Amino acid sequence: MVSFELNGKDVSVDVPEETPLLWVLRDELQMTGTKFGCGIAQCGACTVMLNGMTRRSCVTPVSMVDGSSVTTIEGIDGPEAEAVQAAWEGLDVPQCGWCQSGQVMSATALLMEIPKPSDEDIDNAMAGNICRCATYVRIRKAIHDAADKLEG
Amino acid sequence: MTQVLSRRNFLASSAGLVISMTLPLAARAQSGAAAAFQSGATDEASFAPNAFVRVAPDDTVTVIIKHIEFGQGPFTGLATLVAEEMDADWSQMRAENAPANDELYKNLAFGMQGTGGSTAMANSYMQMRKAGAAARAMLVAAAAEDWGVPESEITISKGQISHGSGKSSGFGALAEKAAGLTPPEDPPVKSADQFVLIGTDLPKLDTRAKSTGTAIFTMDVYREGMVTVVVAHPPKFGATVASYDDSAALEVPGVQAVRQIPQGVAVYATSTHAALRGREALSVEWDDSAAETRSSAAIFEAFSKAASEGGKDAEMLGDGAAGIDGAAQVIEAEFRFPYLAHAPMEPLDGVIEVREEGAEVWMGSQFPALDKPTIVQTLGLSPESAQLNVMLAGGSFGRRAQDTAHFAGELAEVAKAAGGPGSFKLVWTREDDLHGGYYRPLTVHKMRAGLDGDGKLTGWEDVVVNQSIMAGGPMAQMMQDGMDPTSYEGSTKMPYDLGNVRVGWAQQESPVSVLWWRSVGHTHTGYATEVFLDMVLEAQGKDPVQGRLDLIREDAARDRGVLEKVAEMAGWDGTKVKGDKAYGVAVHESFETYVAQIAEVSDAGGYPRVHRVWCAVDCGVAVNPNVIRAQMEGGIGYGLGSVLFDEITLADGGAVLQSNFDNYRMLRIHEMPEVTVEIIASDADPTGVGEPGVPPIGPAVSNAWRALTGKSVTELPFLKTMEA
Ligand code: FES
Ligand code: FES
Repeated sequence: MVSFELNGKDVSVDVPEETPLLWVLRDELQMTGTKFGCGIAQCGACTVMLNGMTRRSCVTPVSMVDGSSVTTIEGIDGPEAEAVQAAWEGLDVPQCGWCQSGQVMSATALLMEIPKPSDEDIDNAMAGNICRCATYVRIRKAIHDAADKLEG
Repeated sequence: MTQVLSRRNFLASSAGLVISMTLPLAARAQSGAAAAFQSGATDEASFAPNAFVRVAPDDTVTVIIKHIEFGQGPFTGLATLVAEEMDADWSQMRAENAPANDELYKNLAFGMQGTGGSTAMANSYMQMRKAGAAARAMLVAAAAEDWGVPESEITISKGQISHGSGKSSGFGALAEKAAGLTPPEDPPVKSADQFVLIGTDLPKLDTRAKSTGTAIFTMDVYREGMVTVVVAHPPKFGATVASYDDSAALEVPGVQAVRQIPQGVAVYATSTHAALRGREALSVEWDDSAAETRSSAAIFEAFSKAASEGGKDAEMLGDGAAGIDGAAQVIEAEFRFPYLAHAPMEPLDGVIEVREEGAEVWMGSQFPALDKPTIVQTLGLSPESAQLNVMLAGGSFGRRAQDTAHFAGELAEVAKAAGGPGSFKLVWTREDDLHGGYYRPLTVHKMRAGLDGDGKLTGWEDVVVNQSIMAGGPMAQMMQDGMDPTSYEGSTKMPYDLGNVRVGWAQQESPVSVLWWRSVGHTHTGYATEVFLDMVLEAQGKDPVQGRLDLIREDAARDRGVLEKVAEMAGWDGTKVKGDKAYGVAVHESFETYVAQIAEVSDAGGYPRVHRVWCAVDCGVAVNPNVIRAQMEGGIGYGLGSVLFDEITLADGGAVLQSNFDNYRMLRIHEMPEVTVEIIASDADPTGVGEPGVPPIGPAVSNAWRALTGKSVTELPFLKTMEA
């Protein structure tokens, strides 16, 4: 039995301890906002926050999050997340949408760490998130827009 | 060997293991912001003047979209057409996927329900406008009757129906009354100068759900008692199962059964993780007797040899290639294009629920007209007893447009082999996806051109060699005289007056399955023709832009228009290299949309770095300019990643070398250029934008690279040339 805090609520699951957090979220808890894209920490579609840091849930054994706090796309809130999601809407960033939960998670984490990121900061923070639809031009612009809005 | 569980055992045992949090799908779909594009008012009294429009009492207008949405924008685009003719307010519009129903929802360009060839907007343009116009006419008639005023005195603006007397109403209040009227046969539609919504950047209907994780895709469907299935597929194309041992697989906790199906060996489990571990524990012996065992290198050699033999005539203009041999100067190049995987971000997946009385399927079906019959036939059902729900899909790029319905077939076989009622989710991993075939065909272009003593062209020859996508499938009937135009489209019917032209095609066979990949034949013909033409212009001492303009035919005004526009956007002055940056141009029409691009490239340690791309596009009436720009940006990124990095390679013996994104590289954010798009103003009927942004980027970058380094890249991807 593994217990952790998910989006502010306590959950317990009875699964083999090596089960990737991604599949626990999806198969056991039906939190389907977190997506599967590669399973080997290459694409970022499965990005969640673990104790406030981004984490690829596809390579995170659920045993590792025992006692920790996990936030998924369904649970993010706060000024950075709101600014990011508003900017995403403002620029119509998503195309197919499959990668976008992960993009939003990574972008939110970036702004929490660096409120006014440079293009280089964006490259560094977002290079782990593949978008096969190549919405990168808008992702970059939306992060700048969100930063501007947060600055106020 | 094979442990045969009783059907009852394996299916019955799954029910007890299901986590009780599973919600019925309908409740889930409506619980989140997904409601933004899924009407919650289906069963309430509402007005549905036709199969495409539904007006609910709460004023929302739901447009039933007959084309699958995977990012190219039909939810927004087709809803715009209806909203325009209804004079609706954009905020009241919703969109919803049409279920599989060939009669109601066929693509007018195909004669069956399906999406592809960038036809969604083109074939729907009048149909959806008429659907909206009919709804409007009926609401006006209902209002006239209700208020006792003439129809001609009623106006509608932003979803408000009103009359000079001060009477006004939303759509919803009149929906019931309108529903009792007879739809007009041929309602008039607006003229272009009356458009209020068409041509504006309306926000996309699916953005919010996709930014908040609430959009529901196939993989997000969880049914009560659902079993997850993965299939061990043959590692070589054309191989089959010889024998297998599932004893270790069945030891894996959660694995419920293992069954052989025609596609391989299926592992059924209570969770994805268990299914994957079960598959790892499986040992399968494959029969390679009918398999492709050649390497990519060997296939290229065979194709190259076929190219030297010239192939069959696909196009002959003037004297064809006759004038090349004796020319003062002969320019030659052999272009080689690898197999490419589409790699949509959501791998292939599907859910099937078999019940006593029929079946229900959820999948990102791009050709419902082919997928549904395949499922029905495999399971021996009547068409009426099966329902196919078309889901949002995490990309396709052609991968879900399966003329052979192979994935639907595998899904149905999985259900059939289980042997009884139950819910099954079939998931392909990224490895399944990259190993799974249905690639962009490996292709060779053997190009030759002759110049006389004055540098004038004496002939142009382009011999294309590849497998046919259409041959052997249901599309084969569209081939004429054994020719598959999708193999060489773009090499023929060039916009240039080259005088004497021969395009040849030599069809090749291989068990490796091939499929249309975002822009199909244009993925390679655009590159081969536009790079080779640039080499010819260079040999003639001509400017790449002016040289092209000089060659463009009188009747190719739209090609000329985008080329002139992009030259203006980039400030083209004939200087190919400025400082450490070089500029390359390409123009290419596909699916009747015309695109020209100029790329700015520098040399980042022996490797091209693309900084900026200017893109001019002519796609007729720009229904939603924002969606068009997005598709150009995305097409550029998709095309650029593939020319720089991607190849699917068959090793000696025929196994695929690449397996996941670590060795099949996707373009990442730091490699994405800045993109500037301009749309040519036009009143021509709209054409598609999903694919046409792709073909020009490769040759534009390649031409810039040649200007910068003197190197012609004739073998893709660039990565290979750089490593050599
Ligand atoms: S699914 Fe986890 S990084 Fe791709
Ligand atoms: S929006 Fe399709 S993969 Fe990013």
